[in-house]
Amino acid sequence: MGFLLDNLDVIVEGFAVTLQLLATAGIIAAVAGTLLACVRVSPVPPLRGVGTAYVNVFRNTPLLLVLLIMAFGLPEVGVSLQIDVGPLQYSNFETYASLGLGLYTAAFVCEALRSGINSVSSGQAEAARAVGMSFGQTLRLVVLPQAARSVVAPMASIYIALAKNTSVALGAGVAEATYEMRKLLNDNATERLVIFIGFALGYIAIVAVISLVANVLERRLVVLR
Amino acid sequence: MSSVLFDVPGPRARTRQRIGTVLVAALLVGIGYVVVRRLTEEQFTVENLDELFQPGNFEAIGEGLLGTVQAAAIAIVTSVLFGLVFAAMRLADNRLVGAVAWTVVEFFRAVPLLMLILIIFYSPVKDVMEDVGVPGDLGSLVLGLTLYNGAVLAEVFRAGVNAVPTGQAEAAYAVGMRKGQVLRLIQVPQAVRIMLPAIISQCVVILKDTSLGYVIIYDELLSQANNIGDFIGANLLTYVCIALIYVSINYSLSRVATWLEARTTRAARSSAQRVEGATGALTGG
Repeated sequence: MGFLLDNLDVIVEGFAVTLQLLATAGIIAAVAGTLLACVRVSPVPPLRGVGTAYVNVFRNTPLLLVLLIMAFGLPEVGVSLQIDVGPLQYSNFETYASLGLGLYTAAFVCEALRSGINSVSSGQAEAARAVGMSFGQTLRLVVLPQAARSVVAPMASIYIALAKNTSVALGAGVAEATYEMRKLLNDNATERLVIFIGFALGYIAIVAVISLVANVLERRLVVLR
Repeated sequence: MSSVLFDVPGPRARTRQRIGTVLVAALLVGIGYVVVRRLTEEQFTVENLDELFQPGNFEAIGEGLLGTVQAAAIAIVTSVLFGLVFAAMRLADNRLVGAVAWTVVEFFRAVPLLMLILIIFYSPVKDVMEDVGVPGDLGSLVLGLTLYNGAVLAEVFRAGVNAVPTGQAEAAYAVGMRKGQVLRLIQVPQAVRIMLPAIISQCVVILKDTSLGYVIIYDELLSQANNIGDFIGANLLTYVCIALIYVSINYSLSRVATWLEARTTRAARSSAQRVEGATGALTGG
């Protein structure tokens, strides 16, 4: 216990980066995933094809490979994404990792949302169209709000997975919690079990918060059909 | 059903869609041209491709693929066993046994897999494995994969057994079967049918996650790709080619899962619901 307190600054620093990755990638995944879901149910066949291809590629590629391709590919194309605006501090690698994590998770968000859209009873969309709404209006005003309510639980699972997946960013050179853990494990051979338990508790806390928020949201939002 | 979201496009809508598609495609081709130009400057050059497609590299990739498949195959078997044991414990009548199983399963589901692999790699467990002749890197990877995916599968199995209508078990008890018999003869055979797609999807997850062996330098596909990429000085090119291998294997496996699922739904003789739950295939874990 004393050992963990002595190294508290390192642990907090690591988890700060983990949370930063989680927040950034979470926002990217939510936005990109929602757009993808809309694309996958759209009336335009080529768009649907692009959406399906995206989901199949990202779901079947290991996350570590996605992150490595981002970290090696983006600089090659000439994209440099160092962000330094007030409290928003991102090194190049942190931005690449956030982007990679976000784009990877977007495929899963899209599929969850799409199954939510499919679970909205068809009478809703038919009624919306009957009063003259366009495809965009039907989706935005009638179907998506109901779909979002029904996918709180699967979304929570996806974000829990994302929180754990941020650990993979260590393979792409980001100094997040698991990276700090590995460093401590290397330097302190006698305290390994304590170190592991400390970091595990950190992750368990993040996972617990996400499921707690999801439970509250679900109770508020769920609609009995 | 998504088809009720819009009318079938008429002639004017179809024309509009075609024009839009061509315009967007032209824009993308423009962007793609710039990207490809930049990539072909150093990475995607003919010389690099030439160096990549050397017989020695094919051998190395074959070796890596063997390492990946070996780790995945062992981990799939051990994960299923781990899942079976802990699902049985959670279904047991004994409260204490159930609580222990619950704690273990929830712990391994909440901790990142990479962390598990690392701690095993740095722990005496690895030495023990090496003493009995299991290579430390393979053993750490497989054990990590087993603990995490076994915990996920335990939940899948439990949900599968619970998804079998209660009337089935009640009828079995009524004709005098014991709990073990009910589980073995009545519930599990029906549950397996509903769980099979979820199990296969989890196999895809295990196969994908073997790539984490890269972090502890286990000789699998991604490590080999890294070596080759460093050697010929074209990491990106190599990673993209390796991604193609992963996608084709995993996509085929996913298709099998989808096909099985369609078959199970069609021939829904047991009136049980299909098991979804939080498998890695749906969450990206």
